[in-house]
Amino acid sequence: MNTPVTELQQDNADGYITADGRKIGSVMMDLRSITLRFGGVIAIQDISFDIRQGEIRAIIGPNGAGKSSMLNVISGFYQPQQGEVWFLGKKRPPLKPYQVARQGIARTFQNIALFEGMTVLDNVMTGRLNHMKTGWIAQSIWLGSANKEERINRQKVEEIIDFLEIQTIRKTPVGRLPYGLKKRVELARALAAEPDLLLLDEPMAGMNVEEKEDMSRFILDANDEYGTTIALIEHDMGVVMDLSDRVVVMDYGRKIGDGTPDEVRNNEEVIAAYLGVPND
Amino acid sequence: MPADFLYGVEVVLNGLMAGVMYALVALGFVLIFKASGIFNFAQGVMALFAALTLVGIMQGQVPFAHLINEIFGTEVHHFGWEVPALLAILLTLVVMIALAWSIQKFLFKHLVGQEPIILFMATIGLAYFLEGLGDLMWGSNIKTLDLGLPQGGSRWIEDATAGLGGDDFYGFFIDKLDLVATLVAIVLVLSLIAFSQYTKHGRAMRAVADDHQAALSVGISLNFIWVLVWSLAGLVALVAGVMWGAKSGVQFSLSLIALKALPVLMLGGFTSIPGAIVGGLIIGVGEKLFEYTIGAPFLGGATENWFAYMLALMFLVFRPQGLFGEKIIERV
Ligand SMILES: Nc1ncnc2c1ncn2[C@@H]1O[C@H](COP(=O)(O)OP(=O)(O)OP(=O)(O)O)[C@@H](O)[C@H]1O
Ligand SMILES: [Mg+2]
Repeated sequence: MNTPVTELQQDNADGYITADGRKIGSVMMDLRSITLRFGGVIAIQDISFDIRQGEIRAIIGPNGAGKSSMLNVISGFYQPQQGEVWFLGKKRPPLKPYQVARQGIARTFQNIALFEGMTVLDNVMTGRLNHMKTGWIAQSIWLGSANKEERINRQKVEEIIDFLEIQTIRKTPVGRLPYGLKKRVELARALAAEPDLLLLDEPMAGMNVEEKEDMSRFILDANDEYGTTIALIEHDMGVVMDLSDRVVVMDYGRKIGDGTPDEVRNNEEVIAAYLGVPND
Repeated sequence: MPADFLYGVEVVLNGLMAGVMYALVALGFVLIFKASGIFNFAQGVMALFAALTLVGIMQGQVPFAHLINEIFGTEVHHFGWEVPALLAILLTLVVMIALAWSIQKFLFKHLVGQEPIILFMATIGLAYFLEGLGDLMWGSNIKTLDLGLPQGGSRWIEDATAGLGGDDFYGFFIDKLDLVATLVAIVLVLSLIAFSQYTKHGRAMRAVADDHQAALSVGISLNFIWVLVWSLAGLVALVAGVMWGAKSGVQFSLSLIALKALPVLMLGGFTSIPGAIVGGLIIGVGEKLFEYTIGAPFLGGATENWFAYMLALMFLVFRPQGLFGEKIIERV
């Protein structure tokens, strides 16, 4: 049960069973020797790691370590100068963010990117855009099939809204919501896309303890009920240890640790990075 | 009812119909501005270009005839056929969509992320380019656009309302063409609203208007949406160009209808569809009523040229965000 995952990775291509009995599958997202520069700044330096089917994978590290940059590479917002991105067993060509989204990768942002002028319901509905197939001509004259599709999409959206317990604010314009609820709506929109891989950039930043507990529960439930694979960035170590199956640790653009929460917690380089001890 | 009052009502009715047309032109601006932050100076020239193209296609003109004849020493001018109005309108629409695609592909795709003023300058360049292109393709002579739409005062309305006043009142004078234009504009505006509210691409359009980053993350191609809004603006320009062209001929001054949209935008805000509609109506009615009650009797008439701007300037002073814009609060 407590076998280090890093070993299992090499031994067992099909996956592993977690301590709490969840089945983790084969590699879904494989990042190989990624390097990303902004002018002279090296945001990511030759980093490799993978994300497995069904896993909750955390990326941690001090401020400016390059965590958000990593998510941006995965979601196509940044194009790395070097390295390869393998998704579902295929090498991915350089893609635009919207193309990545259409491949089944949804995300949230560190600074929240919602449609502030739209209601919560409309925001979550945009998450379904990729599932709407009927052409606009058919839609504009309101044919039966378009109607049916709209119904199915609405059903799914209502389900997500119930799931995240935001029924009471369905019709509220997002711009009026407090920060914590906005974060939740952003998660709802991402989940509405029914993604294979969900990327969360600091989903609990700026939340109080109670809100954090709620959010943790939603993340675990999403992983459990929908089988969504999740990669998340988080600063709260307690949360990271509770939620994640495996953790990547970054510092100054480099990867300094990768393994189960326990392994990472006891890694000297990681401890040094977090306590600010210079390491040579 | 006193005749003066009834003539006032007639003025308001005519103002409302003019207002719907202003709203239509303003809508073309709002569509593009909302989705891309570009203030499209070329909207008026697009209307002119659309009307020129429509006439050219209907009359079976050979596009670029002058150029072709110069280069090859030929003498071609007409294909020798005429295209029925409805088909010609559809073909013109195809041309406008191709134009939208080219504008995005060859111009604005390369200007993504530039300052708004740069984008604005680009649309000024585009306006002159389109004006030249229109001349080159279809010639610069004044053309008449005859779609077979009803013209002239509606006898029916005149007769039906003549009984309302006393002997001094002869009934409302309403131009049939204005009526048709109003109906078409109303249908177009309603369809645009329905499109943006209830369809997949309409939703995507609103999403892009709200937040580019968020739109990308849900799988919306900004490029596609921008081609779409330029196409819709082209459609709006076509309708405005056709209605205006049918009324007063297709010539350069048609592109000046854009100037009528400016005060409407100042009034209604640059990002609000209802604002464009209400703003258009207020200006249409306002300028006709002002001319009727004050302009003609006291100021020597022709106040319609400047009244709209006066009204808009007053609005700018007291409500800079427009009728429907959010109140702007400086962050300190
Ligand atoms: N778009 C950009 N342009 C220039 N530099 C960037 C850009 N995005 C990130 N960087 C730089 O890359 C480095 C890594 O930034 P990144 O946002 O990935 O860090 P992070 O680990 O997410 O930090 P935080 O915990 O503060 O969110 C920083 O030095 C940052 O300044
Ligand atoms: Mg970050």
